[in-house]
Amino acid sequence: MNVEFEQISFENKRKSSKELSVIAREIRRDIIKMLVTAGSGHSGGPLGSSDIFTTLYFNGNMSFDKHNPLYEHRDRFVLSAGHMCPVLYATLANAGMFPKAELATLRKYNTRLQGHPGRDMGLPGIETSSGSLGQGFSIAVGMAMSDKLLDKTEKKVYSLTGDGELQEGSIWEAAMSASHFKLDNFCWIIDNNDCQIDGRIKDVMDVYPIDEKCRAFGFDTVVCDGHNFEELQAAFDVFLNNQKNKTGRPTAIIAKTFMGHGVSFMEDSYKWHGMPPNETQAIQALEEL
Amino acid sequence: MEELKQYGSKPTRFGFGDGLVILGERHSNVVVLGGDITGSVMTSLFKEKFPERFFSIGIAEQNATTIAVGLALSGKIPFFASYGAFCALRNADQLRISVCYNEANVKIGGGHSGISVGPDGATHQVLEEVAFLRTLPHMTLIVPCDYEEAKKATIAIGEMIGPAYIRFGRSPVPLFTTPEHPFEIGKAQVIRQGNHVALIACGSMVWEAMIAAEKLAEKGIQARVINCPSIKPFDFETITVAARECGAIVTAEEHQVHAGLGGAVAEAVVKNHPVPMEFVGVKDSFGGSGEPEELMIKFGLTWREIYASALIAIQRKDGGSLTATRAIKEVAEYKG
Ligand SMILES: Cc1ncc(C[n+]2csc(CCOP(=O)(O)OP(=O)(O)O)c2C)c(N)n1
Repeated sequence: MNVEFEQISFENKRKSSKELSVIAREIRRDIIKMLVTAGSGHSGGPLGSSDIFTTLYFNGNMSFDKHNPLYEHRDRFVLSAGHMCPVLYATLANAGMFPKAELATLRKYNTRLQGHPGRDMGLPGIETSSGSLGQGFSIAVGMAMSDKLLDKTEKKVYSLTGDGELQEGSIWEAAMSASHFKLDNFCWIIDNNDCQIDGRIKDVMDVYPIDEKCRAFGFDTVVCDGHNFEELQAAFDVFLNNQKNKTGRPTAIIAKTFMGHGVSFMEDSYKWHGMPPNETQAIQALEEL
Repeated sequence: MEELKQYGSKPTRFGFGDGLVILGERHSNVVVLGGDITGSVMTSLFKEKFPERFFSIGIAEQNATTIAVGLALSGKIPFFASYGAFCALRNADQLRISVCYNEANVKIGGGHSGISVGPDGATHQVLEEVAFLRTLPHMTLIVPCDYEEAKKATIAIGEMIGPAYIRFGRSPVPLFTTPEHPFEIGKAQVIRQGNHVALIACGSMVWEAMIAAEKLAEKGIQARVINCPSIKPFDFETITVAARECGAIVTAEEHQVHAGLGGAVAEAVVKNHPVPMEFVGVKDSFGGSGEPEELMIKFGLTWREIYASALIAIQRKDGGSLTATRAIKEVAEYKG
């Protein structure tokens, strides 16, 4: 299948939901094109979290500079659920961090777009390698400690985990540290699609209630519809207020999403956790999006 | 075995999955713990057949390892399988203290080993765990070469007493042993006779060593090929005899060159009968994304490197002057 990636780049400032949905659609289309070209990889999580990434990177919540990806005062984002990297790569490309054509190299030999993020590849916007679930989240807490406690900056750190990923005990060790060190500059986003590889969260290992756990671990916790831009932005505003007013509380956003959202035959199906569409499926998905 | 005969290709993880089902049928106290990738490490077969003896632990490898210890100390034979990165290294402390120090009857199946994992990239391509596992007291460590051997090894570790780990891969590899072919924990097998150089390999590299031996034979060099699935306990005798009779050794493994099979052979050889040795394996680097075949070439894990290393080892034994560059040039001719 011959796919083309249209070279566009979107701005990072407050927008209407309608404008955000245009970007999210582009990201979803890119994800489908990347995966059908790669012939392997994860469809479900990336499609389901595209609205979260759109709000985070294109609505003024993250400070970054596409001309200088390593600039000192940037905010940092850590994708702890490393397998979801197609959505991060598509987001970064649409933010102008690297040419969109490079999306076609996902998972290929010598690519900067590794199957799981590899810091060694030097792809702009990739702050750390990740792929062993749970570890990115602790790394993000370390970054937030450095920014707030040592460098005393106003920089923010965001980290996204899956919900299956919450079964890793180290997640809760990191959560404990974030509130212990009063990291109000730290925002935890949980992609709560209720799916993991072997099935529904409660059938594989019940980690609910997530909201009560986050609160018990000291997080200012917001539950929102992860496909509603207004609700997502309201949740990020809670974090921005905590950070601005130095409340000493880290923020957790539990975004209720559907795996594979936007593509009818993938929607809410854990079978699509780690599968790419074949050509016929990709054509249908692109028609729907 | 002698000649090279292939019966198709199959991933070694299939052998693990099928072996587990046979164990389940034979022993009612075999239980399996899942870590959310049961389809890919093939414990799903056991789950379907014996749902009451399967427990999903979720994405919590450290917990699964230590839960297995509790089950083992209560008379069960627990198997926990995940990707090697997560069930040999993420849980390293648990393996060392709770499993091995307790001599608990825990069995670990480690999948996605080596760079032949392919597109998933470096994070999932575990290349270091053999080095760690073979230093653990009481641990048994098996690296099977194909589907049949993986099946036999799975059954064998289930029927022995004590901690054990089996390392298997994701991608299909040539199937060349048969159900009749012997397998015994602690034994290496000479699968091709020869006295000029010994090629000692495990896992996916055994087949490559057989090809290298054929190519060497075309040049009049008779290589002995030794399949060494049992990294621990280790067959010192077969290896020492090979050192004495061949006088030159090449090891090959889909693992870092440090402290894996090559390390085990070197320790035996240096102590018992020092001879020139060459090591084929990943040279102190992480893997990366790509198709398995591309990566095996990129990281120097094909018969060509074994062939070139054999020429170098033989020259070193003879006090000759064939340099690495010249050997590699000869190999390039083969590629061309
Ligand atoms: C430590 C570790 N264990 C296991 C895996 C294999 N793995 C990759 S993704 C995944 C499921 C993650 O579930 P979730 O966080 O809900 O993500 P989603 O399915 O929504 O994409 C697993 C088990 C891994 N990458 N790291």
